[in-house]
Amino acid sequence: MALRQIAFYGKGGIGKSTTSQNTLAALVEMGQKILIVGCDPKADSTRLILNTKLQDTVLHLAAEAGSVEDLELEDVMKIGYKGIKCTESGGPEPGVGCAGRGVITAINFLEENGAYDDVDYVSYDVLGDVVCGGFAMPIRENKAQEIYIVMSGEMMALYAANNISKGILKYANTGGVRLGGLICNERQTDKELELADALAAKLGSKVIHFVPRDNIVQHAELRRQTVIQYAPESKQAEEYRQLATKIHNNAGKGVIPTPISMEELEEMLMEFGIMKSDEQALAELEAKEAAAAAAKA
Amino acid sequence: MPQSAEKVLDHKPLFQEPEYQEMFKAKKEQFECPHPDDKVQQIADWTKSWDYREKNLAREALVVNPAKACQPLGAVFAAAGFEETLSFVHGSQGCVAYYRSHLARHFKEASSAVSSSMTEDAAVFGGMNNMIDGLATAASLYKPKMIAVSTTCMAEVIGDDLQAFIANAKDKGSVDAEFPVPFAHTPAFVGSHTTGYDNMMKGILTYFWNKGTRVAGEKLNVIPGFDGYAVANNRELKRMLGLMGVEYTLLSDVSDVYDMPADGTFNMYAGGTTIEDTAAALNAKATLSLQQYCTEKTLEYAAEKGQAVKALNYPMGVKGTDAFLMAVKELTGKDVPDALLLERGRLVDAIADSMNYLHGKKFAIYGDPDFTLGMAQFLLEVGAEPTHILATNGGKAWEKAVKELLASSPFGEGCQVWAGKDLWHLRSILATEPTDFLIGNSYGKYLERDLGIPLIRLTFPIFDRHHHHRFPTFGYQGGLRVLVTILDKIMDQLDVETNIPGKTDISFDLTR
Repeated sequence: MALRQIAFYGKGGIGKSTTSQNTLAALVEMGQKILIVGCDPKADSTRLILNTKLQDTVLHLAAEAGSVEDLELEDVMKIGYKGIKCTESGGPEPGVGCAGRGVITAINFLEENGAYDDVDYVSYDVLGDVVCGGFAMPIRENKAQEIYIVMSGEMMALYAANNISKGILKYANTGGVRLGGLICNERQTDKELELADALAAKLGSKVIHFVPRDNIVQHAELRRQTVIQYAPESKQAEEYRQLATKIHNNAGKGVIPTPISMEELEEMLMEFGIMKSDEQALAELEAKEAAAAAAKA
Repeated sequence: MPQSAEKVLDHKPLFQEPEYQEMFKAKKEQFECPHPDDKVQQIADWTKSWDYREKNLAREALVVNPAKACQPLGAVFAAAGFEETLSFVHGSQGCVAYYRSHLARHFKEASSAVSSSMTEDAAVFGGMNNMIDGLATAASLYKPKMIAVSTTCMAEVIGDDLQAFIANAKDKGSVDAEFPVPFAHTPAFVGSHTTGYDNMMKGILTYFWNKGTRVAGEKLNVIPGFDGYAVANNRELKRMLGLMGVEYTLLSDVSDVYDMPADGTFNMYAGGTTIEDTAAALNAKATLSLQQYCTEKTLEYAAEKGQAVKALNYPMGVKGTDAFLMAVKELTGKDVPDALLLERGRLVDAIADSMNYLHGKKFAIYGDPDFTLGMAQFLLEVGAEPTHILATNGGKAWEKAVKELLASSPFGEGCQVWAGKDLWHLRSILATEPTDFLIGNSYGKYLERDLGIPLIRLTFPIFDRHHHHRFPTFGYQGGLRVLVTILDKIMDQLDVETNIPGKTDISFDLTR
């Protein structure tokens, strides 16, 4: 099988790392050889697979050694759950330096030193929005073929998903990167699945899986484990297995996304009653004030 | 005023005139807060002590006078060797002025390259528009056959993606879809000019070779590598290959573009490897690199395409040229003709004629990894003793290779190898463990002045002497040139040391 490269993007705090690690743990059960490339200065993209936070990030060790050329692959690659190879780019402390450049440096290092040899999957876990060119490194030519956007029914998550699609579009016309689909991580907001479906339709894509909310995820996470490892028989583990199967079967089925404008997105939210129009909001405010005045009188 | 229209003084005598001397003195006293002369001398002497050397070699967070340049310089040099190719450096403008002036100061020729001139807005929004407008402007203004894109640090830090940008620019019609725009990411904060040479060479070959299917032929590709003597060395390579009757493609040949005749016209382009030959080089039987550390990724790529590959280390002198010719013979099956054997014999004869002046002389060498290896091998074969070898852009692999070379000869015993060190380190090293001579580039003149060790200029850049690059250092003929350059300095120095009448002139000999 040819090397398959995928990437998980999404708003900060949406559960990218949790979703990606659980999904990859399910994929490794299916006999796939996997390399995780964590592209986040926080370096928590491999914590559940390794059952510990990876201390030896590429950039941390490069800074210690003086130069990235002085590093060996073995220094930065650790083996986790069922043989999953784990690496973290690492990066600067908040407020200094350039984390984006760190991602570029780390990915170049891993590729040049053979980390991509002898694996079926490379999975990138990328922080938050695509805030600069460095965080778009995984969607450059010959990197990830499909991007999976982790999102929920919250407005900012939808906004971020649309923005990430804009980033993908920039590269998709001239390269091979495609939007694999949306992964809706349930937040129990109103009409969540419908909203996710509607946005996916606007983007020309689909919701590849709706992951229901289950506290067992938090229980596993507290033990630095995936649900697959912590409770392999649980219903939630089954959900991640389904997601993993869908991603596995989604090879080559990605699309060039059709992101929408901010206005269109707001209109969509209004249709679903998530967001109010200015007139509506004003009318409500006036009614409230009138009621208060009436109560006073 | 000392200056007059009848006899214009240049800066050298002019600033020695009393008016200027008084002005300098007044400036020093009023504004420079000078320390007393004896204190200055005391510190200067201390910087040449073992105490200072140990502190200097323990230095971690500072580089002083590195003997290397940055990646895009190598990329611009590599691109200049292709037919009517314009270097386009994506990033800020000042960087490109540096590559151009650095090359122009050495070759004494105009060196053309354009910049996408990224400014504050491009740093924020990315340089895509600079690429789109820049390619269109460069193509219509300078009419190149190919535009080779490299990057400055600025574009690298913000993560500009050349592959996507160039494809977008082509979509927008900046240049035709079929117009060759190879590229290489060349962050200056990684590696050195030799890395940049490698990246650009691989970028250009990838552009052409990935489009075709290889049909293995009989031709030989030769990659000279980053070389300040390329003008004469490439001609010498072509002459030798011609004598052997080898069918070859020299990949990146700057011998014409950096050696333009003064015929009353200005041309931006001259000579170079043609586009057709570059594309057809995919079918070559083998690729031979003359500089291993300039072509590591390129050779890996050529090998992936199914070619035999071999790398040398700046082949100079008898053994170096032997290795080159034998490699060509091995890769092509062509014999070395008698004409070259004759040249070899002449070089061996010349070395033998002068060997009593060379024997046991101690040399320090610095420069690029390949040059230092080639130079050290030459010194060993003439009976001289390299005692310090330094490459700022040399790594562990280089250090190992140098030590293996030194171990192969009794004259290499005791030589120290300094990987990753700079010229300020070398100053301490030579102040405490001096050599008879120093081999390097123009930057060595400060060491020569401070330490009194005569400098022999034999590698890039040579800014303060003219036309050295017009004579080869490769081949047996080039070996003669290197030999003479070294001997001239040895004998000049001998004259200087024996020219006091009645005291040292017992050895001020007419015949040496």
